[in-house]
Amino acid sequence: MTDQRPTSPHIQVYRWQYTMLLSILHRASGIALSIGALVLVAWLLAMAAGPDSYDRMQSLIGSNVGVVMLFGWTWALFYHLLNGLRHLFWDIGMGFELPQAFSTGITVVIGSVILTGASWFIGLSIFGGT
Amino acid sequence: MAEFSLPKNSRVTKGKHCPAPDGATNIRTFRVYRFDPDDGQNPRTDTYDVDMDTCGPMVLDALINIKSKMDTTLTFRRSCREGVCGSCAMNIDGTNTLACTKFIDEVKGEIAVYPLPHQSVIKDLVPNQSHFFAQYRQIEPWLKVDTPPPARERLQSPEDRERLDGLYECILCSCCSTACPSYWWNSDRYLGPAALLQSYRWLVDSRDEDAGNRLDQLEDPFRLYRCHTIMNCTRTCPKGLNPAKAIAEIKKMMVLRQV
Repeated sequence: MTDQRPTSPHIQVYRWQYTMLLSILHRASGIALSIGALVLVAWLLAMAAGPDSYDRMQSLIGSNVGVVMLFGWTWALFYHLLNGLRHLFWDIGMGFELPQAFSTGITVVIGSVILTGASWFIGLSIFGGT
Repeated sequence: MAEFSLPKNSRVTKGKHCPAPDGATNIRTFRVYRFDPDDGQNPRTDTYDVDMDTCGPMVLDALINIKSKMDTTLTFRRSCREGVCGSCAMNIDGTNTLACTKFIDEVKGEIAVYPLPHQSVIKDLVPNQSHFFAQYRQIEPWLKVDTPPPARERLQSPEDRERLDGLYECILCSCCSTACPSYWWNSDRYLGPAALLQSYRWLVDSRDEDAGNRLDQLEDPFRLYRCHTIMNCTRTCPKGLNPAKAIAEIKKMMVLRQV
């Protein structure tokens, strides 16, 4: 009879907690970065294959969609990095009280946004918008 | 593997509406998950307009009010009505807590009441907790010693006793475990926050002499390490305990015994 019993609703009814949101973002950014690493390899391969393929790759990455995705990857990198540091503190048993978990969480989010903005600002001001 | 949607027989439909008795002016609406194993139907949510002038302040008061005045078929567990027994653990307004210590006033608007998440439902708000308690049994929650018993009790210094604070208070209501996404997807192999907090309670007990074996039992990709520090457990514990920290302490013990 057990298998005929329904499963009670879970993610359908559970109120989103900032803790679970930051946690799933950590995983999502990690997955995004794995894909981003493949793009980086493709970019290097294109460079090795000669000027024509490099130009094609550059125009792909430099397109509007490409820039938006690069921006997303930059944020994913900083979020994953900072939240990874948060995980390291957890691994030594620190930061488990709820007020600490909240303040470190908000620090990671704000920090990742600032670092993303700063990287792009510095990058664009040195290399221009090309 | 994580399965995000509910199986076909578990999808929730809209049920009936029970209006408040005539003349009631102070009304709160409760939307309650219902499942009857005998009618062959899917679960549904019934809504009840409760006359708050005849109802106590807690969600459990409202459920008892519904059962005694509006719908005697409503089924739920309850016993102590003061947050000690853990029987009335359920999902109220989106988070797990004890119906007896949850104020109705804390919730704005309609009050949604569901059984503990991702459990096999026996009837209405009563989940099957056999698996949960089997996992508790698996951590062997009793004092294990090799040394011969002393003439009197096994003594413990006040400092050693203090290390059990924040652990011994757990009432095994299973709010934390059923709030944990990792437990939702892997409860067949992952022990979950409640059983792991209990395990840590024995691991740090200065009188217990079986820490090595206890850790061996947890040294497994799933039993302990499915905890990804999501911390829903700590957010939801109705006793204010911190299972996430207890689990982290076990992970530390795992490392420290290697060095």
